[in-house]
Amino acid sequence: MEPRELAVLAAVERRRRLKPKIKDELVTLAHGAGGKATHALVEALFLAELGNPLLDPLTDAAVFRQNGASLAFTTDSYVVKPLFFPGGDIGELAVNGTVNDLAMAGARPLLLSAGFIVEEGFPIADLRKVAASMGRAAREADVVIAAGDTKVVERGKGDGVYVNTSGVGILERDVELSPESIRPGDRVLVSGSLGDHGMAIMIARGELELEVELESDTAPLHDLAAAILDSAPATHCLRDLTRGGLATALNELAMAAGASIVLDEAAIPLRPEVVGACEILGIDPLYVANEGKLTAVVPPEQAGAALEALRSHPLGSAAALVGEVTDDPDALVLLDTAFGGRRVVDMLVGDPLPRIC
Amino acid sequence: MKYVDEYRSGDVARKVTAEIETLLEPGRSYKVMEVCGGHTHTIYKHGIEDVLPEPVDLIHGPGCPVCVIPMGRVDDAIAIAERPEVIFTTFGDMMRVPGGNGSLLDAKARGADVRMVYSPLDALKIARENPDREVVFFAIGFETTAPSTALTLLRARDDGIRNFFAFCNHVTIIPAIRAILDSPDLRLDGFVGPGHVSTVIGTTPYRFIARDYGKPLVVAGFEPLDVLQSVYMILQQIVDGRAEIENQYTRVVRDSGNARALEAIAETMELRTTFEWRGLGFISQSALKLRDEFADWDAELRYTVPGVRVADPKACQCGEVLKGVIKPWECKVFGTACTPERPIGTCMVSSEGACAAYYNYGRFQRRLETVDA
Repeated sequence: MEPRELAVLAAVERRRRLKPKIKDELVTLAHGAGGKATHALVEALFLAELGNPLLDPLTDAAVFRQNGASLAFTTDSYVVKPLFFPGGDIGELAVNGTVNDLAMAGARPLLLSAGFIVEEGFPIADLRKVAASMGRAAREADVVIAAGDTKVVERGKGDGVYVNTSGVGILERDVELSPESIRPGDRVLVSGSLGDHGMAIMIARGELELEVELESDTAPLHDLAAAILDSAPATHCLRDLTRGGLATALNELAMAAGASIVLDEAAIPLRPEVVGACEILGIDPLYVANEGKLTAVVPPEQAGAALEALRSHPLGSAAALVGEVTDDPDALVLLDTAFGGRRVVDMLVGDPLPRIC
Repeated sequence: MKYVDEYRSGDVARKVTAEIETLLEPGRSYKVMEVCGGHTHTIYKHGIEDVLPEPVDLIHGPGCPVCVIPMGRVDDAIAIAERPEVIFTTFGDMMRVPGGNGSLLDAKARGADVRMVYSPLDALKIARENPDREVVFFAIGFETTAPSTALTLLRARDDGIRNFFAFCNHVTIIPAIRAILDSPDLRLDGFVGPGHVSTVIGTTPYRFIARDYGKPLVVAGFEPLDVLQSVYMILQQIVDGRAEIENQYTRVVRDSGNARALEAIAETMELRTTFEWRGLGFISQSALKLRDEFADWDAELRYTVPGVRVADPKACQCGEVLKGVIKPWECKVFGTACTPERPIGTCMVSSEGACAAYYNYGRFQRRLETVDA
């Protein structure tokens, strides 16, 4: 291998570490997909205008102290098509998603708000179904929906219903969870099979004419997170694997930590249905969204305890140790393939686009 | 997915690699081109270059359907997509390909009704559901995707659907391989032949490669072991002093191809006298257009498009990459001015493109090799 190639690759990595710029004139769907385009928008536009020490780390929830208590605060908006899908619906998603963002900060979720943007003509019965399912999910996660708002937009100006939830939680453990505390040698764990939610949604849209029985994995993860932190209190970071999947989450962590992560393809838990559907569509399951899975980055001496805690919990029975943090400063995520090779697992630009043939 | 796992076994890979080692002549290097973008994707996704012995160099060829579409055709597509009466349907891969003035994704953000489909039949369905709109399908790809366009056109005719149009950009693989073979700056030892294309055209059209150019070609499947075994078969031919067309992908490819698919293409499409390929320039009789009998479904006749040839940006070396003359990293703008976020050339868009595959999957494994060495 030539020194010239090495020089080119060094230039590529230097460029990769530059602050993202936003050069587009209009917002495209890629800006909403959670990958590089989203990062550019958030960092070059929102952080430029709104940045402050609480917001800048771009973690799942902001953590702050108030009158002696450590609190976590977060928000998320839910736009999903179809609104009702195997394994859940937008209401359940809106509660669990925000509960999970709080849980990833090590917090016990306390309060949620619920904002509804409803399209004119949307069936009341469906809205009731969404609200009922939010109520059920809130009771299950032991949070109170304490504030709400309703807006109706003209027909054609919305997709049935959009839901926003914000949440407040309290940190009851003395833990320091942040990507910056990730160290070389740390182990990377995932709590179960990946890609179930994203593929269930794609299949439920009915555009693919694939007949696969697959349910969304939407679930509240606060109890699972607590189990990890009880057994492995030195855990460095928790992250839920939503939009962009494991690949995107790990790229964010690697960048923030200034370390690289090497994954073992053979160890990554995937349902055969997800592998099959992804294979047909030319999509990599590592980029597919989950709504009830997390990754934990744990120092090696507590990795066994964390894995044990995960596997003893009903939401973590298929948990696995999938990788390790290395001291390579290029902040890349790499995959040792089952075939015996190695490749980069980069952040995508936008949505995963199916290949042609 | 038992079926797939069989073809991805690391243990078997090591055995095949050991076999390949025994075929290597000391001190000699081997350049093998995989023609098809699907193979390029497989090679990078599974890290096949890490498994192959060092003297075997895989050169990535021109068979990425997105990569060969010239900028002018993208501009034509956008001009059609921006007509208010049109719903423009396309494979997802094509959405981000830059033309002279942005991509279809940009046109969509400006208000064009651009929709991603998985097959032309989905586009036909949209046409049925929207009788007051005109639905155009951006037909691209080699003989792999041409039959589905052809069958959709036949269906549109038989069902009397008059608001469906195909914007035909189908290309054919043989003239591209011939262009590569005639290219003076490249010395290849053999070809990994395209798998999906060959399910349609069979293996006989490749005979001239062995007969006239003395190069072996082995049609290969898309699993990593398929590719590895094909490299073994090519090297075995070299050792034996043979140059033949062989078929590794016998579980799918028949030597005679798929007669029904070929008939459907022949019924709906005919060769263009010439067509521009991105980076390769104009190649005679290398692409398909709709036959006169299907003029009523031909988007090129239905709409006036700019039809202007847009020169590739000066810095872009997609042509050399597509011909395998340079490696992706040897392009002047690779990874700096041209990235997957902001591609200058098409090779950086589709994951079947050599540059995108190398950027997304391969740029680190080579660094490791160097560090280790």
